[in-house]
Amino acid sequence: MALKIVKGSIDRMFDKNLQDLVRGIRNHKEDEAKYISTCIDEIKQELKQDNIAVKANAVCKLTYLQMLGYDVSWAAFNIVEVMSSSKFTYKRIGYLAASQCFHEGTDVIMLTTNQIRKDLSSPHQYDTGVALTGLSCFVTPDLARDLANDIMTLMSHTKPYIRKKAVLIMYKVFLKYPESLRPAFPRLKEKLEDPDPGTDAEPHLLCVQKLRILIEDSDQNLKYLGLLAMSKILKTHPKSVQSHKDLILQCLDDKDESIRLRALDLLYGMVSKKNLMEIVKKLMLHVDKAEGTTYRDELLTKIIDICSQSNYQYITNFEWYISILVELTRLEGTRHGHLIASQMLDVAIRVKAIRGFAVAQMATLLDNAHLLTGNTQRNGICEVLYAAAWICGEFSEHLEDPMQTLEAMLRPKVATLPGHIQAVYVQNAAKLFATVLRKHEGETDSQAAQETSQLLIDRLPLFVQSANLEVQERASCILQLVKYIQKLQQKNVEVAEEVTALFAGELNPVAPKAQKKVPIPEGLDLDAWINEPPSESESEDEKPKAVFTKEEHKHSRSRHTEVDEKELARRREVRKQEQANNPFYIKASPSSQKVYDAPGVEHIPVVQIDLSVPLKVPGMPTSDQYLKLEEERQQKEKAERKKKEKKKKREKRGKERKADSGPESEEDIRPAHQVDIVTEEMPENALPSDDDDKDPNDPHKALDIDLDKPLADSEKLPVRTHRPEVLKSPAEDRVNESIPQETKKRSGKEKKEKKKGKEKDRKRSKEEKKKKKHKEVEEELLESQPEEAIQSEETKEATAPPTSAEIKPTVCWFPVQKSSKHKKKKQKKEKEEKEKKKKKRHHHHHHHSDAGGEDSVQNGTVEEEEPLPPMSNYSLLAENSYIKMVYDIQGNHQDESKVVVSVIFENKSDSFLKSMEFNVLDSLNSKLQRPEGAGPHDSLTVPFQLPPGVSNEARFVFSVQSIVMPQKLKGTLTFIVKSDESSTHEKLDFKLHFTCTSYLITTPCYSDAYAKLLESGDLKGSSLRLEGINMPFHHLLARICFHHHFSVVERIDSCASMYSRSIQGHHVCLLVKTSDQTVSIDAKCDEPSLLGNVLDEIKQTFSKC
Amino acid sequence: MIKAILIFNNHGKPRLIRFYQYFAEDMQQQIIRETFHLVSKRDDNVCNFLEGGSLIGGSDYKLIYRHYATLYFVFCVDSSESELGILDLIQVFVETLDKCFENVCELDLIFHMDKVHYILQEVVMGGMVLETNMNEIVAQVELQNRMEKSEVNQVI
Repeated sequence: MALKIVKGSIDRMFDKNLQDLVRGIRNHKEDEAKYISTCIDEIKQELKQDNIAVKANAVCKLTYLQMLGYDVSWAAFNIVEVMSSSKFTYKRIGYLAASQCFHEGTDVIMLTTNQIRKDLSSPHQYDTGVALTGLSCFVTPDLARDLANDIMTLMSHTKPYIRKKAVLIMYKVFLKYPESLRPAFPRLKEKLEDPDPGTDAEPHLLCVQKLRILIEDSDQNLKYLGLLAMSKILKTHPKSVQSHKDLILQCLDDKDESIRLRALDLLYGMVSKKNLMEIVKKLMLHVDKAEGTTYRDELLTKIIDICSQSNYQYITNFEWYISILVELTRLEGTRHGHLIASQMLDVAIRVKAIRGFAVAQMATLLDNAHLLTGNTQRNGICEVLYAAAWICGEFSEHLEDPMQTLEAMLRPKVATLPGHIQAVYVQNAAKLFATVLRKHEGETDSQAAQETSQLLIDRLPLFVQSANLEVQERASCILQLVKYIQKLQQKNVEVAEEVTALFAGELNPVAPKAQKKVPIPEGLDLDAWINEPPSESESEDEKPKAVFTKEEHKHSRSRHTEVDEKELARRREVRKQEQANNPFYIKASPSSQKVYDAPGVEHIPVVQIDLSVPLKVPGMPTSDQYLKLEEERQQKEKAERKKKEKKKKREKRGKERKADSGPESEEDIRPAHQVDIVTEEMPENALPSDDDDKDPNDPHKALDIDLDKPLADSEKLPVRTHRPEVLKSPAEDRVNESIPQETKKRSGKEKKEKKKGKEKDRKRSKEEKKKKKHKEVEEELLESQPEEAIQSEETKEATAPPTSAEIKPTVCWFPVQKSSKHKKKKQKKEKEEKEKKKKKRHHHHHHHSDAGGEDSVQNGTVEEEEPLPPMSNYSLLAENSYIKMVYDIQGNHQDESKVVVSVIFENKSDSFLKSMEFNVLDSLNSKLQRPEGAGPHDSLTVPFQLPPGVSNEARFVFSVQSIVMPQKLKGTLTFIVKSDESSTHEKLDFKLHFTCTSYLITTPCYSDAYAKLLESGDLKGSSLRLEGINMPFHHLLARICFHHHFSVVERIDSCASMYSRSIQGHHVCLLVKTSDQTVSIDAKCDEPSLLGNVLDEIKQTFSKC
Repeated sequence: MIKAILIFNNHGKPRLIRFYQYFAEDMQQQIIRETFHLVSKRDDNVCNFLEGGSLIGGSDYKLIYRHYATLYFVFCVDSSESELGILDLIQVFVETLDKCFENVCELDLIFHMDKVHYILQEVVMGGMVLETNMNEIVAQVELQNRMEKSEVNQVI
């Protein structure tokens, strides 16, 4: 043995060590690669030797080569060998090499588990330390799972050196094996309070003023950090940072790119409706003088980012924005032409009112295309021509001189553009052609129309010869079409109508996630085969056959197509029907006609802008005019405000001014154009999902774990035991079994509740939450009644769930069959449910009372106030000895002209009720939505049957036009009563009462926005007095919230402001005060008759109490 | 978290690389080249922070670096790290090297890459800051060196 060691160390003397290797490489600068490859051969020889010293030396050299970029993973096993050495010196070399080149894909890593465990529990602290350091670099989920317990033990090691490392590495373990977080957390928490801290916390709470000093400092690092801190403060206190706009704009001139980029980043968060134009103007100046395309491109993307952020939130004038985009096209050599193009398209499509202006601008661009394409073909800016051509073609009805644009689009120079742009040119030339024809035929100018056709016939052949297939194909199609049209024109046939029909119909924008948000209807399996795939053997058999029986085959195929065509036509018809009836299908339905009466917009006056200065001269910056206009407007407003304020001051001298009537308020600026989005671009019934925002690649996602939940047995970390567990006696076993099960159960429940709590926090006052809750309740019910959980018809319903679905204490949602077998169980369940519902109600109350997002209620006394009595919005519709109907009406968020009537049918008889048909006599104002193809008087089949004693809910959608008046609709329910002996046909008449309240939707409103709204002077007032109300004030508020769909904006003692909005966007504001059993409600709304009716309804609600 | 620590000279030759996230060797070399390209074109009188490396990280990451004579010390970190903290850490690391190698120069790093790694291991572990006190770092490094020496003596 001793001899071997001596021999080994002698061997080593002849081997190269790391220093020799480095020296050798430095001496072989000419043939470094060759030299290294001989060294690697040597290393391979050394690794074959038994001597661990030689092996370690070889591994050390490999670590160096790895730094130079050589893959050394082939030596992974040798590295493990060196790691396993009992000597610290070699172990350290091994672990270093492993930490440099091991990763999750290294297969020998699983061999290391035991070695690492041994090292972790080594009596020498440095063995343990080296193992921890190495492990922190190459820990895998398997290693984390197997070693988590060992590392946790080390958190209580006697040496602080080890404790510190163990605590740090736990973070890595959690990332790889999140299940270990909960069991380890208590000890980790304890350790983080270790008196021997690892990191120092630095307090950097500097106020913005101090930051200004930093930014003005000559030290570049301080400047950078100042800007960085600013961006952090910006998130919480945007106003205070905005006042330093000058300083930040100044930083755009800094020589240091890091600082310029930081400043740009800050500007993105600093813009408001007020300063957007100004900031963008400054940025445009920088674009002009920026040297280096990288920075200029960065500026360009930032300008577009800033303007388009949150759905063009800060743009008040889209004409200005289009002008900016047009100006940006003058940038030479930018890579971002496509970005500008997509913005042009987006704005032109979605801001309908801007189309006229946009088309004019795009026509100018097309006319001056030579300025853009200028020198090089790979110039990225020519992408904007793609957008310009498309916009001019698609919205050609807005063109002043379509003929001129058409001519511009067919110039020979166009053929030098990239293929995909040419293709769009050709296609849109055809659209323009249609427009021109129509114009001329309107004027009965057959000569001009024929000249237009001739123009196309002359110019298109150039594109027919294009090397690009797409261009070629489109051009030749259109050329033939035009030739045909010319023939017809020569016979004096009017063709414009038919040519226009080729491009009829509007293209509606669809939100990017629209498809994803459509819930998959029940029973639809997207993975299922539509037609069973032919088995492989079959197709193999058939192939050779087909070769020999070609004739026959052809014959049969042609017959097939005949049948197919008829069949296809029939199927197409059926599909059309289906699509029309399918609410998930996006149709060119009335929604696309809706233009400007989006909620809350109609009272906003459209800013008139002088259009007499259109962009005509290319090269002249034109967006400035808008800036000037905006400045003038602001100044005028300021002057007016001053006047007003003076007046006000005079009037209420000594009185405090309202805090948020400050001159810098955002809401003062109204957008001239509205962006159409969400309502139109989302399909009806789209599910709001918040998981869109979550990054699926976030490594910390797995650590989103509830740490307060008690540990379940299954969660304990795996601990290695050397002996198999001693068998327990069966009795003991039973006792032990029952305990963990119980704890598990409890923890499960707590988990649910925690979850609910969390959700509540996150999404307070959001309607979406309600839906979720609704679902949750459903799930819970389903869970607790597995034997009765008959398929719920409700989920099949296509309409949106009612908004306040979580509180329906009086109704059962699922068919509940009375069966003696389950009675006992059921009673218990019911009790549980009641309790749950109680909780729910309580939640609900909180939810509503602080829906405004204000703290005043939360911080108030609500917690101590007595719980609310049960409430329900369902009122009786009709009742006879067989059936009882209760109903509730809810507005639909997504559609301003629809309400959903939820009707619960309860079978009171001992017979089976079936074939229920629901019908309503439509009025001019309100109509029951019937499936397409149904007549206006047809009844709707209720999609379920009712066994004795069972109730179920169905929903019906009504379209309404005016919502300012309540309405009553007469209707009838017919049904068949089927008992063992006989069946009879019965009917029940009812009156559906559409109250004005049912058109209101609970909408949260922040107090400052609320104050603005009241100040605007657009609302008309009315008031109501209620006498003899002896209920606690919070009950009163909760009732108004619940029954009339209001939310509390702010509550101070016995006075509260409330808000709600109608489905058509009317604002309804209430100020509720109470003193001595008298409640006075001052109300304001932009629609007085709606308000009057709502107040009457509120009065009625309280007269019933 | 620190994602990578790179030390290279004025010509971009790597002297120590330490990735805390796995990248294949050729990718590592590309990252070194890109980082060198980004850092070396900056004047010495601009700030020590740099955003916009494309290969490593993305928008959440930034490079914090210091330039000492012939060597660049570059730390690639995510947004959870404090810029000043890392800048300070680089200083601590370099001072520790200076103490351990007695007037450290590029050649020390060239010939003793392993030793530099062992020192770094006492400062940063798995991408997390382990120790910022130079005396403590030096003490631990020396204790381990002593242990190594005693083992060598045993063999001989």
